[in-house]
Amino acid sequence: MVSQPTTSSGPQFECETGNYHTFCPISCVAWLYQKIEDSFFLVIGTKTCGYFLQNAMGVMIFAEPRYAMAELEEGDVNAKLNAYDELQRLCLQVKKDRNPSVIVWIGTCTTEIIKMDLEGIAPKLEDEIGIPIVVARANGLDYAFTQGEDTVLAAMASRCPAPQEVRSEEEKKERTGGLRTLFSHGKKDEKKAGPAPSEYVDHQPLVLFGSLTDPVVNQLTLELKKQGIRVSGWLPAPRYTELPIVEQGVTYVAGVNPFLSRTASALQRRMRCNLITTPFPIGPDGTRGWIEAICQALGVIPKGLDEREQQIWDALRDDVEFLKGRSVFFMGDNLLEVSMARFLIRCGMIVHEVGIPYMDKRYQQAELELLDRTCRELGHPPVRIVEKPDNYNQIQRIYACKPDLVITGMAHANPLEARGITTKWSVEFTFAMIHGFTNAHDMLKMVRKPLDRNNALKSLGWEKLIQEV
Amino acid sequence: MKLAYWMYAGPAHIGTLRIATSFKNVHAIMHAPLGDDYFNVMRSMLERERDFTPVTASVVDRKVLGRGSQDKVVTNIVRKDQEEAPDLIVLTPTCTSSILQEDLQNFVARAQEQSKADVLLADVNHYRYNEFTAADRTLTQIVSYYIEKLAGNLPARSEKPTANILGISTLGFHNHHDCRELKQLLADLGVEVNVVAPEGCSVHDIQKMPSAWFNVVPYRELGRGAAEYLQRQTGQPLIDITPMGILQTARFIRAVQQILNTQGARVEYEEYIRSQTLFVSQAAWFSRSIDCQNLQGKRAVVYGDLTHAAAMTRILAREMGVRVVWAGTFCKYDAEWFKAEVADLCDEVLISDDHAEVGDRIAAAEPAAIFGTQMERHIGKRLNIPCGVISSPIHIQNFPVGYRPFLGYEGTNQIADLVYNSFTLGMEDHLLEVFGGHDTKEVITKTMTAQSDLEWDEAATRELAKIPGFVRSKVKRNTEKFARESGRDKITLEVMYAAKEAAGA
Repeated sequence: MVSQPTTSSGPQFECETGNYHTFCPISCVAWLYQKIEDSFFLVIGTKTCGYFLQNAMGVMIFAEPRYAMAELEEGDVNAKLNAYDELQRLCLQVKKDRNPSVIVWIGTCTTEIIKMDLEGIAPKLEDEIGIPIVVARANGLDYAFTQGEDTVLAAMASRCPAPQEVRSEEEKKERTGGLRTLFSHGKKDEKKAGPAPSEYVDHQPLVLFGSLTDPVVNQLTLELKKQGIRVSGWLPAPRYTELPIVEQGVTYVAGVNPFLSRTASALQRRMRCNLITTPFPIGPDGTRGWIEAICQALGVIPKGLDEREQQIWDALRDDVEFLKGRSVFFMGDNLLEVSMARFLIRCGMIVHEVGIPYMDKRYQQAELELLDRTCRELGHPPVRIVEKPDNYNQIQRIYACKPDLVITGMAHANPLEARGITTKWSVEFTFAMIHGFTNAHDMLKMVRKPLDRNNALKSLGWEKLIQEV
Repeated sequence: MKLAYWMYAGPAHIGTLRIATSFKNVHAIMHAPLGDDYFNVMRSMLERERDFTPVTASVVDRKVLGRGSQDKVVTNIVRKDQEEAPDLIVLTPTCTSSILQEDLQNFVARAQEQSKADVLLADVNHYRYNEFTAADRTLTQIVSYYIEKLAGNLPARSEKPTANILGISTLGFHNHHDCRELKQLLADLGVEVNVVAPEGCSVHDIQKMPSAWFNVVPYRELGRGAAEYLQRQTGQPLIDITPMGILQTARFIRAVQQILNTQGARVEYEEYIRSQTLFVSQAAWFSRSIDCQNLQGKRAVVYGDLTHAAAMTRILAREMGVRVVWAGTFCKYDAEWFKAEVADLCDEVLISDDHAEVGDRIAAAEPAAIFGTQMERHIGKRLNIPCGVISSPIHIQNFPVGYRPFLGYEGTNQIADLVYNSFTLGMEDHLLEVFGGHDTKEVITKTMTAQSDLEWDEAATRELAKIPGFVRSKVKRNTEKFARESGRDKITLEVMYAAKEAAGA
């Protein structure tokens, strides 16, 4: 599999016009309200925001979601109405109907433009109604898609309590219950399932950040447990009242997703945490790098990782065999692109271009290093990373390089398919479980699926389905 | 501020974009922040559009906020002009640009100097118009722009009777099928279709519009503005009867007959109406058949846009003998028209765009069937009342590939099926309840658990419960097989994940 290593000079960075399609960052409410069970998300914006949410979230809107629009009317925009009074009225309504443990205000483009002082209003209103109000400015002026989660978690980071603030034993247990579903029930299971608590190595407290579905949280927590590392909490926790304890100057933090750079810096600067720079646990290579970096930072010697990684690669043999030599083009819209590209190059794929909305080279440093190393080891030419891409130009490049697969948003997928170019919707990777050793196969299955399907239809000769003018 | 969970009509720019992208070779440029181009996703997904949606954004970001768009909008227009060579570029304001109050008209004037394409600013204020009113306004604006270019040199009327169809657009409810059916109907009447707009229409075709004898406006929401404009400019009469249902289709045909005869043709359509009604369309026979007898006096509620809710109410009440408990619309801006249309056909009229109120009213009415939008379909699911979808807002399943017009004589057949299926399903459901429901589910589950000799711990059981129903038993089987093979008698989360990894191979 390893060909002649080339002298790689690291990834090539470019920046285009920023004219690309992506989801508005307010979309983060869709998965965060489900993740944080006792929250209520109030998006303060216009009909445009509401229309996006109700269409993008499809059927979820019908399940009585714990989110709503505070729809701005003309009187709000020209300041005929007082923002404080209006928000007070709406939040009291929310309190009455749902009684959440936290209300998250999502600031939008409009609140930015009319300079509504959400950060100023929130603390006063919070005192008045007795429910914490967290303000996140997840707007399309500044951010793309998954960065919405980043703004919410960055705002929530400062709500993590210090150890002296948590007095009762019960609350302490709740807030350190990263494995709530594992440990809070059936103590006896634990003995058989893994090492007893005493078998944890003595290390500084570790808090992980990034919203993942509960099964993936459990999987990654168990993976670290095998190294004797105890996860003392997750940001976000399943409930707002269970936000992890953060001890200034002591707690170590590590991210699980590449789009969390503001959260990382909020934890580092405001909460004085020690940030562990890691590659992200996507693919067996990334997961291994992630665990190694955490072990190293906490002074733990990793054990059995070689075997563990190899065991997953063995299980992936068929997929890797299939994908080897095929090429892929990332148009870029969710910031997972670099980690995914790195994993796919390790699988033997050729990456033409990695479009990405925003590149934080400091936060993604370890990931970029792993990408570079992967390229060297597999003899892949330096990867072209295009920040703020221009979709029109990208499509011209796609026509020129004819990739086997384009990973793109839904605006371009059907038109590209009609032109005989195989595509995979990028959004699926955001919502599917792709992290850790356990889910590596699922991610490759998603990458394979369009290729398998189009192979299955190949004999029909219906590749191009547009009429040439 | 208003607490809102759901809206029936989209924001104004959606209406403008629906018009711009329905035309051939017209490009829309939105003055909007990143992420507001969600319209492209909807068009690409719902309509399964093969071509790239001709909408790009001139992105409003922090820099624009600080210094204004300056040359950015102009540059983007000129760039699109060179890349795609469109006939017309429509600069589309959004809620954001409404507040920024930049002089977009000035940008348009500057861009026009450097572009081959015509450049227009869509005259729609986000806070004053919704999707429907903005769409109507934009169509009128584009039509009048090109008619005015003729400077009074209007083309002569065609020799033979011809008509324009105004209001067919992308993302419209069953619009493509309706258009095909309308063309067929007019062809049957000896009327040739001159121009269809905006769908598939080139802006050059607009200048041919005045040669038609009259204009057809099938939908109340879209096309009236343009048809009324043409009436003023060229004296073309318009027909605004929606040919939906047998009675309204006949009225529509008689209106065509009257217009043609006034303009010197001699046509007589009564025999055509008779034969279509009695023998081609099945709907008249359907309402006479004993199946439909069962529908007599059944209670229904109707809710949707103006066109479909009004027409459906008429069909149910007059053609099928169904009792419409209430009929409603979310188009508050045209409430008087709606009330006048349905006044004698239902017990009560509901004018509201609050889905919670609509839901409460449905729950209170306890109808045997609902005819509404996707929202009412979901309300129906919750209340266990069947629902036929008759109006936007809609999902991908409301863009069927098969031929499903709501208008014309084939439309009457489709509607008969829709109504009948909604009610019989309700009956079936009811009978199932009387006889205690399907009884197979329990048995299958029992067999599954009885075979298992393995113990699942609490965490694993909960995890299993989270897996979607349709794959749960497969996951359960695989995990147990894995546990047996690896000699474990208890299934924990770790065993589950290990099984998943092993199954991956």
